[in-house]
Amino acid sequence: MTEIRKEEFILKCTSACAGCGGSLCLRYVLKAAGPDTVLVVPACCTSVIQGIYPATAVNIPVYNIAFAAAAACASGMSSAFRALGRKTNVIAYAGDGGTVDIGIQALSGAFERGTDFLYICYDNEAYGNTGMQRSGATPLGARTTTTPGGKPTTKKDLDRIVEAHDPPYMATACSAYPLDLYKKVKRALGIPGPKFIHILAPCPPGWRFPAEQTVEMGKLAVKSGMWVLYEREYGSLTISAPSKAAMRKPVPLEEYIRRQGRFRGITDAALTELRHQADLNLRRLTREAEGIC
Amino acid sequence: MLTLATGNKAVAAAVKEARPLVIAAYPITPQTEIVEQIAEYVAAGELSSQYIPVESEHSAMAACIGASVTGGRTFTATSSHGLLYMHEMVHWAAGARLPIVMANVNRSVGPGWNVWAEHTDAFSQRDTGWLQVFVSTVQEAYDATLMAFKIAEHEGVLLPVMVNLDGFTLSHIMQSLETVEIGDFLPPMHLPHAIDVEQPCAYGPLTGPADYFKFRWDIERSMRDAPGVIAEVEREFGERFGRRYGPTEDYRCEDADILVIALGTLGKEAEVAVDLLRAEGVKAGSMRLRWFRPFPDLDLRGRDVVVIDRDYSFGFGGVLAHSIRSKTGVEPFSVIAGLGGQEVTYDDIADFVRMHTPGTEYWFGVNGHV
Repeated sequence: MTEIRKEEFILKCTSACAGCGGSLCLRYVLKAAGPDTVLVVPACCTSVIQGIYPATAVNIPVYNIAFAAAAACASGMSSAFRALGRKTNVIAYAGDGGTVDIGIQALSGAFERGTDFLYICYDNEAYGNTGMQRSGATPLGARTTTTPGGKPTTKKDLDRIVEAHDPPYMATACSAYPLDLYKKVKRALGIPGPKFIHILAPCPPGWRFPAEQTVEMGKLAVKSGMWVLYEREYGSLTISAPSKAAMRKPVPLEEYIRRQGRFRGITDAALTELRHQADLNLRRLTREAEGIC
Repeated sequence: MLTLATGNKAVAAAVKEARPLVIAAYPITPQTEIVEQIAEYVAAGELSSQYIPVESEHSAMAACIGASVTGGRTFTATSSHGLLYMHEMVHWAAGARLPIVMANVNRSVGPGWNVWAEHTDAFSQRDTGWLQVFVSTVQEAYDATLMAFKIAEHEGVLLPVMVNLDGFTLSHIMQSLETVEIGDFLPPMHLPHAIDVEQPCAYGPLTGPADYFKFRWDIERSMRDAPGVIAEVEREFGERFGRRYGPTEDYRCEDADILVIALGTLGKEAEVAVDLLRAEGVKAGSMRLRWFRPFPDLDLRGRDVVVIDRDYSFGFGGVLAHSIRSKTGVEPFSVIAGLGGQEVTYDDIADFVRMHTPGTEYWFGVNGHV
């Protein structure tokens, strides 16, 4: 059994909201990465969570950078470290807005250039730091402050965009499965080149569910098939154990959707479409894992 | 070594001599020759820098920032729309106190598409905290680029430096160039706040007004100290390599009654105009401004001044003319000339002096006095 490092790199008393999925992810990412790591953080919830100068709640160097620039800044940093003969992990840690929207050009460039770094998108499916506006990662039907009637379009499929860059390693994860996340970060950091992990990070105030249900909500996302855990190493896809279990006995999608205030009033048509997309995604991944496609 | 080079190739040659750890490169006319030449140096093994062919100028500056904070020397080059596209990161580089050096090949801003010389691009960055120097010859482009690293990396400055050279009229013209062996004139870069995983820090996190204010003042304090550092570096460069520079290049100014003040190649062209005017008995001089940030102290008392702006601040006036008015108290004759690469000859400059009317503005090539 994998032994998770006892040492903490996120100190107590961060500025995170109660039940924050994103800071839970960060805790395990840093445990897996260890102290020889620099985190490059664009504008996102983690800009706030880390604390206010001169205090910091993160016990490794954090380089804060402008919204669109995480992957580019990490590119320069990684090149410099390698030129200096240092193996220091460079991890870009960005939210969904900073990844699928404003930061996608820099992300694409860094992956195309083969930058030796790990890009992590922790995805709470909206611009959380500014108070829950819709992002390209917001799912169909979800209410945000800029989609008060529910988002009329579907979630951008970031993973297929990243996949098109053919990175040596990419994976999905969820804050509700810290061991799975921990192993994936470890795995990624052992591989040279551009690596990518997309983590679903449920957000109690944004998704409108009680703060003590963050882990439960993450588990429902996976068990319902809305979020599929997998890893793709040098083009070979493996569906991770929690999602394999979910495929055998899935939880109805409604159980995940109905427990979140953001989906209140969702139309049947939107719900059907969400189910259709989840099925399509799972089918595509399953076929790939079985070597059919 | 004496050779022939364009302004762009001179910048590239200086970068080769300065040996940056990381160079981020993105093409844009008329700068492209710089990043092409550097790519050739790297491919030929003459320069061991990491060369990052980024996908945009915003990323070019972001990559330089990420590399610089590891303590390594960095360089990039851009122009016009490229500079404007990276504007956010131009601010970030200065605020993060990173001694990045960037060549900016001055070019107009669209629409319409126009690739020729203008200073609007550089002036749009004047409040970012970058030092800005404007050069007028191929040799000066080379020398200023080398000195830029030393000035930026000086512990009393630690701010980025932008070396400005006019598009085409300098970037693409060929002049003689004497290259140097830089030796210990440029020691290895030492960044006091370089990332150290043994001493973890948060760089640029949320910062309240009291601390933020102190950081802003610290940039200004360094800007105020910079003229002393620049003078020291230019003096040392002169002693070692025989070419002397200052905040301005003065030509026949000692007894002049009227001065032409301009930047870059127009400032050099003004020297010929001065000779023409002197032959007519007009006691003219040329004061080519080299450093625009920090803005130097100029003593213009008792003289008439003609300022040529290759730029304009709409609804306000020529940026250089207004800078000189506010810093010196003189009322210049403000000439707006050379926009979008408009040709301005030494005869034209002599005409500006002949028609000078203090306190007025003249749009050369449109409809005269306005």
